Amino acid sequence: MSRIKLTATLLASALYATAASAAWVPEKPVEFVVASGAGGGTDTFARTIQSIILKYKLMDAPIVVVNKGGGSGSEGFVYGSGNGADPYKVTFGTNNEYLLPLVAKMGYTADALVPVAALALDDFLIWVNAQAPYKDAKSFIEAGKKAELKMGGSQSKDTDQTLVSMIGAATGAKFTYIPFKSGGEAAVQLAGAHIDANVNNPSENIGQWKAGMVRPLCVFSPERMAQGPKVTKDMSWGDIPTCKESGVPISTYQMPRTVWLPTGVSNDAVAFYTDILKKVSEKPEWKAYIEKTSQTDRFMTGDALKSYIKQDAERATDVFKREKWMVQ
Amino acid sequence: MDNFGNLMAGFGIVFSAYHLALMAAGVLLGILVGVLPGLGAPNGVSLLIPLTFTMDPVSAIILLTSMYWGALFGGSTTSILFNIPGEPSSVATTFDGYPMAQQGHATHALTLAFVSAGIGALVGVAVITMLSGWVTQFALKFSSPEYFAVYLLTFCSFIGMGSASPFKAIVSMMLGFGFATVGMDGISGNTRLTFGFPELIKGISFLVAVIGLFGLGELIQTMEEGLRFEGIHARIRMRDVFRAIATLPSHIVTLVRSALIGCWMGITPGGPTAASFMSYGLAKRFSRRKDGFGKGEPAGVVAPETADHSAGTCAILPMLALGVPGSATAAVMMGGLMIWGLTPGPMLFIERPDFVWGTIASMYLGNVMAVVLVLATVPLFAAILRVPFSIIGPMIVVVCFIGAYQISGARLDLWLALVFGVFGYLLKKLDYPIAPMVLAMVLGDKTEDAFRQSMIFSKGSLSIFWTNSTLVAGIMVVAMVLLFWPLISKLIQRARGQAA
Repeated sequence: MSRIKLTATLLASALYATAASAAWVPEKPVEFVVASGAGGGTDTFARTIQSIILKYKLMDAPIVVVNKGGGSGSEGFVYGSGNGADPYKVTFGTNNEYLLPLVAKMGYTADALVPVAALALDDFLIWVNAQAPYKDAKSFIEAGKKAELKMGGSQSKDTDQTLVSMIGAATGAKFTYIPFKSGGEAAVQLAGAHIDANVNNPSENIGQWKAGMVRPLCVFSPERMAQGPKVTKDMSWGDIPTCKESGVPISTYQMPRTVWLPTGVSNDAVAFYTDILKKVSEKPEWKAYIEKTSQTDRFMTGDALKSYIKQDAERATDVFKREKWMVQ
Repeated sequence: MDNFGNLMAGFGIVFSAYHLALMAAGVLLGILVGVLPGLGAPNGVSLLIPLTFTMDPVSAIILLTSMYWGALFGGSTTSILFNIPGEPSSVATTFDGYPMAQQGHATHALTLAFVSAGIGALVGVAVITMLSGWVTQFALKFSSPEYFAVYLLTFCSFIGMGSASPFKAIVSMMLGFGFATVGMDGISGNTRLTFGFPELIKGISFLVAVIGLFGLGELIQTMEEGLRFEGIHARIRMRDVFRAIATLPSHIVTLVRSALIGCWMGITPGGPTAASFMSYGLAKRFSRRKDGFGKGEPAGVVAPETADHSAGTCAILPMLALGVPGSATAAVMMGGLMIWGLTPGPMLFIERPDFVWGTIASMYLGNVMAVVLVLATVPLFAAILRVPFSIIGPMIVVVCFIGAYQISGARLDLWLALVFGVFGYLLKKLDYPIAPMVLAMVLGDKTEDAFRQSMIFSKGSLSIFWTNSTLVAGIMVVAMVLLFWPLISKLIQRARGQAA
């Protein structure tokens, strides 16, 4: 009797083991590590995904969101990769995962985490105060050639400062860059006319634009953004010219919204999360988030994502080398 | 009176059994979260956010803001009873609240703290209601030089704190600035003083330091003094609560001054922490009983609590109207706002008046409810002090370390808390004041950022702090007057003496 029972148990566990290895499924709460403070773009990104997973019950295990925004987000990547190949720590970031270690010693290396998927590309625009005399990017750049302009952004040596440096190098205009901790603060500083311009993402400045306090000049994307509903009385996102057509020779500058796992986790775990994120990206709530934040909906995974990252890192490295930001 | 009509409509939305129940639940949860050091309002609110995904935005914000009020009150409780501030903004409450509790006046201190906090909060909401349009315009005038001037004003209103020698106060403050520089430097993007510890990139958490300096440091001293809590002899009666409330009118000047400071700091956003410190400093400066401060002066509890809560409530306004959170908790709530599909910013008032005014109406009710609920807990909390120290002491140690670990789940923080505990004990033995160090740790990096941003603006010229706007010049003049007040008051006295 007991022998039969034992055999049965063994058989069952063997069966279970093969089933489990074929499809990895989380058996305890999963931590969503957000590499930014609360309220930032990465935070909204992670929490939107969490809300969609909860709504459609895409995963049985509970999700805990933890904000680790210290050190420009490096705290999140250190934390996400610090526990070995732990498939219960999913880290959310942007391109900062592979760009931060280039400019400062961070306590983690870019290859400590593997990219699972990118779900969206966030655009960058040149914004000026609504009272400013510049009606288009061209007159703004011309003014920058005559006298140095003050540009605000989130952090030091981040995507914002990199873009400002690229605009300066491509056009010959001169800018002073002032880091303000967050895009939201840079938006308010612009609305108060304390700075001349910023290069915020759409979602960071939309409130001020609607209220007529700031004005977009051009967007750094290859084509104009999706038309969508009118944001102000007479303009929608699609009415903003691209920077290239306005005479700023930078055709694309975008920031991916990315999801990471620690290096060394099983392929099944990666596949599990990729599958869930793919499902998330197909839900109407995800489309609503994309439209609300005016990002580009782009799901990338596997080799396509890896080559995108390689290309993005190379381009940033050029700027970092020119500005002598590379860490020794 | 347009705002008034809107507010009444807001009350109409809020007044439902469901919303009132949410409010009570939020406040109670908040008190619990505030009492546990390290958990704190920002963490508590962020844990609750997933619950609100399926809620209507008005209900969701009611739950979250009520929890915030509850946590603010809970934070004051531990400051007063155990010298462990649950929130950075209730540090200033420990200066006089804890001595009061030690002398057996825990009920008095707790009641004063809660009621004056409630009054501060109501003044804050009233300001939001009446001045919402104007206030956003005012906040837009603030740039880096103005922020630096405000922080400088906070430091200046604190000069001459405590009975220790000015030299020791400066040493302590400089140490605080030193601790504040650890970690990533936001202006240059480089790491500083991390000594190769990746955990230090995020900086030394202020709460870890406070848990060590205040909580553990105090315990070591209590042990040395023979394992005794003076509060043991406290009598606990509901009558004491009412008696404490009856003394409030004598603090009317402190109340008004602190509420005004709080509103200003909440709006600009200097934050509740700066508000409570500045208000404490000024209350002492203008008090007739200066020597009593730090030894259990009731006004020393009233001032920081009033300012803390009026700033806390006012901080909701820049979050809604400008999309810039005035406090850490407001930042978490702003994240929630975006997930509920709202865009914080100037247009929120026009597009979703039901949400904005429902929120503001709920702030009136929520704070009144929080005061009532928290007052009912006073005898309960005061009773904790009657437990023999040999039982409660080890429990506090455990809670302190759990709190320190809770903040960011880093093991290094446990060691830091211990080091700060021993350090805090030594400072006390050597008669170095801890307050200036804590102040410098809280505001040090913000002050540094504002200063360096200003220097980028002006290309290195200090004159920006006088010429940028009349606003910055005005604040700087007030700061300088406060800094040199001991000299100025002597001059005035001499002039009077000559005249007579």
